[in-house]
Formats: sequence, C-alpha cells, structure tokens
Amino acid sequence: MKTGHPATYDEVKQVHPLYFNIVKRRLWWFALSLVVLIPGIISLFMQGLNLGIDYKGGSMLDMTFNKSVTQAAITDTMKSVGLEGPVQLSNGDTSALIRTEALEEEKRNELLAALQTNVGDYDKTSLKDDKVGPAMGQELTRNALWALLIAMGLMIGYITIRFQFVFAISGIIALLHDVLVVVGIFSLFQLEIDSSFVAAILTVFGYSINDTVIIFDRIRENEAKMKKGDIFEDMVDKSIWQTMRRSINTSLTVLIALLSIYILGGVSTKLFSLAMLIGVLTGAYSSIFIASQILLEIKIRTKKTRKGGKRFALK
Amino acid sequence: MRRGNIIKLVVLVLLVATAVALSIKPLVDPVKGVLLGLDLRGGVHLVLQAEPNEDGTPITKDDIDKAKAIIEKRVNDLGVSEPIVQPDYDKKRIVIDLAGVTDPDKAVDILKTTAKLTFRDPQGNVVLKGEDLKDAKGGQGQGSGYVVNLSFSSEGAKKFGDLTTQLIGQRLGVYLDDDLLTNPTVNTPILNGQAEITGYDTLESAANDAVLMRSGSLPVSMSIAEKRQVGASLGVDSLNKSIQAGLYGLIFIFLFMLIFYRIPGAVANFSLFVYALIVLWVFWGFRVVLTLPGIAGFILSVGMAVDFNIIIYERIKEEIRAGKSLRAGVESGFSRAFITVIDAHVTTLIAALTLYYFGTGAIKGFALTLGVGIVVTLFTGITFTRTVLRWIVGTNPKMNTTWFGVRRDG
Repeated sequence: MKTGHPATYDEVKQVHPLYFNIVKRRLWWFALSLVVLIPGIISLFMQGLNLGIDYKGGSMLDMTFNKSVTQAAITDTMKSVGLEGPVQLSNGDTSALIRTEALEEEKRNELLAALQTNVGDYDKTSLKDDKVGPAMGQELTRNALWALLIAMGLMIGYITIRFQFVFAISGIIALLHDVLVVVGIFSLFQLEIDSSFVAAILTVFGYSINDTVIIFDRIRENEAKMKKGDIFEDMVDKSIWQTMRRSINTSLTVLIALLSIYILGGVSTKLFSLAMLIGVLTGAYSSIFIASQILLEIKIRTKKTRKGGKRFALK
Repeated sequence: MRRGNIIKLVVLVLLVATAVALSIKPLVDPVKGVLLGLDLRGGVHLVLQAEPNEDGTPITKDDIDKAKAIIEKRVNDLGVSEPIVQPDYDKKRIVIDLAGVTDPDKAVDILKTTAKLTFRDPQGNVVLKGEDLKDAKGGQGQGSGYVVNLSFSSEGAKKFGDLTTQLIGQRLGVYLDDDLLTNPTVNTPILNGQAEITGYDTLESAANDAVLMRSGSLPVSMSIAEKRQVGASLGVDSLNKSIQAGLYGLIFIFLFMLIFYRIPGAVANFSLFVYALIVLWVFWGFRVVLTLPGIAGFILSVGMAVDFNIIIYERIKEEIRAGKSLRAGVESGFSRAFITVIDAHVTTLIAALTLYYFGTGAIKGFALTLGVGIVVTLFTGITFTRTVLRWIVGTNPKMNTTWFGVRRDG
C-alpha cells in the first residue's frame, strides 16, 4: 500500500477484506428495513401497544410468597374483595405480579390481608407496590411526546448548523426508522411499555444520531476534498467504509454494556435494556445502511431537477 | 525524554491507584457516601394531589406550603435519614421520597391522613378543635397500657376547662377525622390544660396518634396520585444485580479494548478508572441520588466513554496508514477526531437534557447520570487520555505501530 497521502477510494476498498459496494445496493437496504418495519406498523394499527400502569393508571403488586402458589387462588381472592386483573407467576410460582385498577390504601390493605389468609404468607420486605392515578398516566404520555418532539427539533437545529439541512433531515429519518423498529417490535410481541421505555427510546434517539453523525462527519470532510470528475456515490461509499470499523466497534462496546444490564440487571431493567439493545442495533444498521443512502437520494434528486430545468430551457 | 516519560507514567498509575483506593470508602459509606435511591434500598415515593375544595375555593400556594410543612413534620417523626418533600405549586402536588424507611406501610398511613383532631359532645357537635392543641406525646400510662398526653394552648386550656365543667358526668369523644379515638367520661373539670387519652395497647400506636395530633390537619384534603413502594430486601437485591451487571460489562469492555487496540486500549481502560472516579465524585458532590435506571445510565455512559477512545484511535490508525509518524499521527488524530466526537456527543447530550427537563422520578435519574457521563467523557478524553498517549509515544517515538493496532504491510 502506498502511503504519504490521504487514502484513495481504491485503497479504502483494499483495507477492508469484506468490502462490498454499500451505496449501489441501497434499494436492498431500504427493502430490508421495510420488511422489518411493515409488520410492526401493521401490528401498531391492529393491536396497538401494551401500555403498563404508568400510562393507563392502575395498581401493580409484585409479591414473593413463601411457598409456590396458584394463579386461581390469587384471582379468586381478588374476586372475593371485588377486584380483577391479570396475574403473572414466575420464579417457580412463588412470585406473583398482580395488576388491577388504581387502589385506594384501604382497598390495597384489604387485598393484601385477603391474600395473606387465602393464598399464603408473603415476604413483606420484598414487596413492590406501584400505584399510578389515571391523571398521572396521561401527563406522562404527554411529557414523553413533548420530550421526543423537542429533542428532535433541537437535533435538527444542531445538525443544520454544524452540517447542512439535508444531513439533519436524513439523520432524523434514520432516527424515526430506529424508533419505529423498536416500537413496532414491542407492539408485535406485546411487550409492556412502562415509563422507562420513553427513556430507552430517547437514549436510542441520542445514541443512534451519535452513530450517524460520525459517518456524516466523514462525508462532510470528504465532500470538501472532492475533485472534478469524482462521483458523489463513490465518495459516500468511501466515507462509509472509512468509518466502518469505528461504527462497528463503538456499537459493540455499547452493546456489551447493554447486554450485561439485560442479562444480569434484574427484572426491573430488563425491558428497558431490551428496548435499548434493539434500538442500538437498529441504530448502528441505519447509520451505515439508511442515513447516508437517504442523504444520497436527496442530493441526487435535488441535483437532477436542476439539470432537468436547464435542459428544458435549452429547448 | 524517554526516562522522564516512563517516570511520569509510573507516577500517574500510582496516583490513580491511590485515588481509587482512597475513594472507595467515602463513596460507598452508607450515610455520607453516594446516595442510593429508594429502589435500591427500599422505601416509598408518593405524589399527593390536593383535591379541589368542596366549596369551590381555589387551592392557593399558601395551602400547599402549609401542607408541605405539616408533612415534613410527620416525615421527621418517621426517622428517615434524608427525606425529600417537594411542593409542585402548578399542579398542586407534594412529592415525597422516603428512601430506607423501615415500615413503608406505616409511613404511607401516617402521611396520607388528613388527621383533623376534634372533640365532640355526646350529640356529636364539635366543641373543640385541634388548633387549640399545643403538643401531644405518647407515653406510659399510670396503670397498665399507654396514653397520649395532650397539652393545650392557654386559650385552649380555658376552653377545655369550660367544656369539662359543663360536660361533667358525660362523655367527650376524641376524633381523628371521623375515627373515634377514645370516648372518655369527664370525671372532674380539667383546668390546667393537661389531659390524657388512655387505652392504647402499645407505645407505638400511642406515638403514631400523637404525631398525627400534634402535626395538625392538612389544610386541604390530599389523595395519593402515585405511589411506588419497594421492600428493603428487594432493593438490596436490585443493587447487587446492577453492580454485578456493571462489573461484567466493564470486564468485557476492558478485554475488547485490549484485544483490538493494544496499548491505546490499555490507555482507554486506564482512563475509564479516572472517568468512573470523577463521575462518582460528581454524584457525591452534588448529592445525586443513584437509582436503578441511574445505574443503567452510568453503565451505558461507560460504553459511550469508550466510544470516544475508539473514534480517536481509528483516526490515529488512519493518519499513520496515510504515512504520518506515530507522534504526528497521535496529534492530528486527536485534533481531527475531536470535531467528530463533539458533534456526536452534543447530539446525545441534547437527548439527555430534554429527558431531564421533561422526565419524572426514575427517568430524571437516568438522564442525569447519562448527561454527567457524557460531559465527563469529553473532559477525561481531552485532558487525561491525550496526555497519557503523548507520554507513551514519548517513551519511544520509534515504537512499533503494531502496538497501536496498525499493520504496515507493503
């Protein structure tokens, strides 16, 4: 390999043993994304999201009994005090997750006492008890949507200042793609959405754009160095491959961190880290295969119309 | 130059090692160390919503302040180490965080009670109100059982004296809200303003009622809009699990960096210690409460702190491949990658800040640790990592570039 000058397109191709032209196959990547996105979107319309009590309001009791219990015993006891709701058993049928309407303290104590006598003794020190009034849930949803919108606006602003508006738009489209994939998968498998889901989505927001910006930064640098006769597609492909190892390795370290939270972090951070895992993976994919390709499509199209206008004028 | 740099490096490693060793104790101290949230050591989070007054008068800021003062009094009687009682005037709410409270059920019970103390005659008319009460204390009674000792203000003492004179031989009901506490018969007029309510089985129950009586009634009725209660052992369990998760995450990231980046990888790992130390001391200094999502945010920020190094090292590799010397490669790699890193991290910071602003409770904790993490990443990256790399290159400018992960073939 020759040295002493910035790498050429051919040299970049040689450095990577697995090189293939990403830009030329961009329609494949768009198609691949649609294959993942469409079922998620359909599911969103058909069955919606499995919203937890944080959004709908309600009470959730997570209790550990001293011996294994049955679902029927718990639901029957709930009925005896005039309540109903889904019960989930885990941990060799000793842990029960009970969901029901938002309970007043008296009602909650009545239920706990009834469970104690009818179902069995439970460990008071490992009881988890959440209650969210319906008004609080609506507020949370509203705040979450605002947070997403405002973060998006600020990011578009920042990228437009530091890059160009086209970069901002392409980056945001890739972001929405990532968020839609996560939300779609959560809808498809009816995984519960709690308040930490918003945090996960927003982190994906921040992280995935972080990934994309790294590639955009290289495109910005290479675009400035383009000579006459250089092809824009090749420059983008080169930029993607120049930053390939970076994109993969940075995502890998974050995935390592997330995987350890997912596997070892306990039940309450499981769905939260799962959402981020999916998001970071999709984010890594979209920054390489989607964001720059959209940027390219927009750039090509805006150029073509200008050229077309000229030809029309010549006639 | 060579020896000087080696000495500097050795001294630095020793310094960081000492700093880590000295920091562990003050940081994990259960009382003065980094604060743990209630999800990590058990406790209750309550949001009390003031209900609109029945007569339609609006709830004022003053009402919320009064309610807050009363709730604070009750909280202090619970003996929680660092309780948080925050008013939210816009939404007419009071947010209460009691981390480490031993009996959460009892705490909730005491806090939500409106607890209006009244004395009623046999016909049920309110004849004396709690406002005239100066103090109430639980204590041992003269016979068996426990009592609440009441002392009235001078005006209250006069009223109580008149009352007991009138009602001699009749019953005087003592009510907390609509619950009859006791219904004693007045034997003699009590003129000195000192009375006692007898008939408690335990000192605890007497003391509980005394707290409610002396803290007075809430000026508005409040309902529990949100409650999150975590048992103590569940909290400890979560804490252990997240420490374990963090530990394994760190080990794998360390290995990854060593294998892929060799010497700079080792520098990155070394910087991570400094990074973690700074972040934890920042939490300690600003009394940041570490919660479960907060720890997740911290672990994630470690993953992202490594990002900073990867971006720079890959750039250095490119510069070296393009024919620059090791030293020039490190310099230009740093300055060029820095622009990339700033742009990338500012966008993430935007997300963290919006989350912090709009988030509540647990989400705020997550955003805070993530945000602090990003800022500290930038700081350690620019100052610490850069200097250490310079020194290492300084020990031997002709160092084989394979130690920087660059193959120079052909």
